[in-house]
Amino acid sequence: MEWAWWSQAANLKTLGLLIFFVTFCLIVLWLYSNKDRSARLEEQKNIPFLDEERDQEAKDKSNG
Amino acid sequence: MSESHAALAEQYDYDIIKKFSIMAIVWAVVGMAAGVYIASELTWPFLNFDIPYLTFGRFRPVHTGAVIFGFGGSALFATSYYVVQRTCQTRLWGGGLIPFTFWGWQAIIVLAAVSYVLGFSQGREYAEMEWPIDLLIEVVWVAYLAIFVGTLMKRKQPHIYVANWFYLGFILATALLHTFNNLAVPIGLFSMKSYSLFSGTQDAMVQWWYGHNAVGFFLTAAFLGMMYYFVPKHAGRPVYSYRLSIVHFWALSFMYMWVGTHHLHWTALPDWASTLGATFSIMLLLPSWGGMINGIMTLSGAWDKLRNDYVMRFLIVALSFYGMSTFEGPLMSLKDVNALSHYTDWTVGHVHSGALGWVAMISFGSLYHMVPDLWRTKMHSDRLVGVHFWLATIGVLLYITAMWISGISQGLMWRAFDDYGNLQYSFVESVAAMHPFYMMRAIGGVFFLTGMCVMAYNIYMTIRQGVRQADAATQTAAVAAA
Repeated sequence: MEWAWWSQAANLKTLGLLIFFVTFCLIVLWLYSNKDRSARLEEQKNIPFLDEERDQEAKDKSNG
Repeated sequence: MSESHAALAEQYDYDIIKKFSIMAIVWAVVGMAAGVYIASELTWPFLNFDIPYLTFGRFRPVHTGAVIFGFGGSALFATSYYVVQRTCQTRLWGGGLIPFTFWGWQAIIVLAAVSYVLGFSQGREYAEMEWPIDLLIEVVWVAYLAIFVGTLMKRKQPHIYVANWFYLGFILATALLHTFNNLAVPIGLFSMKSYSLFSGTQDAMVQWWYGHNAVGFFLTAAFLGMMYYFVPKHAGRPVYSYRLSIVHFWALSFMYMWVGTHHLHWTALPDWASTLGATFSIMLLLPSWGGMINGIMTLSGAWDKLRNDYVMRFLIVALSFYGMSTFEGPLMSLKDVNALSHYTDWTVGHVHSGALGWVAMISFGSLYHMVPDLWRTKMHSDRLVGVHFWLATIGVLLYITAMWISGISQGLMWRAFDDYGNLQYSFVESVAAMHPFYMMRAIGGVFFLTGMCVMAYNIYMTIRQGVRQADAATQTAAVAAA
């Protein structure tokens, strides 16, 4: 069946490669195409330091 | 336990992280000692003592199993449980599953080592465990996945920090790899022996799909998770570019799965498949170096931290080795280079520049950062951290230099022809020529192992100090309450 060309093993590999490649390009485009989104994403780099505030809060709480 | 310590212990589940951290150190000493022993056997064969249990063939998987799954695996369990809790700001999910992952994983390492010494092996590199152990790995790994995902789902921080993406990618990919590479039929319910579902070239291709992705996801992506948390944390500054870290993650995830066939150049594998593997290997250079630069540039503007902070040095030198190994790997995947390098000690040197230089050093840096925090104390001796750093660095350099010289010499000797078209050297002549370099490799290993013992002592003293301080604080609190 002609419409089932994608189900043949030989075509499936090429199709898979194309899907992965296009998805990857879209991810890169999504990351770098919008200034506001870029700024929002870059803010997430501070997450490892938020736990220090929580450490302090826990200590304060235990000290009454 | 002091009140503040108790409050923090309630906030996060540190008990499991402490257990895995201690076992990471124990397995590192055991695994590296086994490595030095087998390196010495290759140099001084009398060390076989004609005892079958001690021969290179049986002891080699004991070494790889103990360092990769014992040391590396325990370090990954410990750091992933630490990072996921602290970046999601929640306790681990999973109840009884959490200690199960610890006891299950330790049982796997012990059972695997005992079975290798007794002569049971699937003969698949880095997957030598026979089917009953494979099933146990499957169960423990699913529990690990459930705990990790469960914790992510109850996070208090809306965004999932990128280190967790790397850890999750590693857990998912390892589950997939382990399952398909170990599809085998046991010859009997009470027999350890089994046969692979695949045969011939297909079997080899599945094995190296597993083998290289074990490197890509277990030994690279997972330790990058470690890097993306501990490098910024220890440097006290956020990662250089968060968006670059996301590109790094997706590029590795998309590309690593294709490269396994570069282990099978010039074999019965169809030529297009090994060319495809080589092509993707070259493409991997970009995200790997992007990630390395992202990690190193985190220190931009604060390079002075490298001057007197040995933990920072461990982390940054690890990144340098990551860069070096991910340059050397694509180079060796080129068919013409591979024709010279394959089956020689160059491969062994390449693996160890990644394993010792990248994996071990990033783990040392992370453990040196994490252990004092877990026991709420300071490192027993910063000077000993420095001693460890230099012993480890000298050890790696001796090791990989020896293997470069040895490997390239082997490759050249094996392909040399005389004027009549006959092979110029017999195989045994190439073995004899390698002897000084095997000695140099064993000495490099001794350096690295000595550094590891220094670390074990330093960590032991740090934990003892932390426990004593906690006891003293408890007594003071009790006296004050009375």
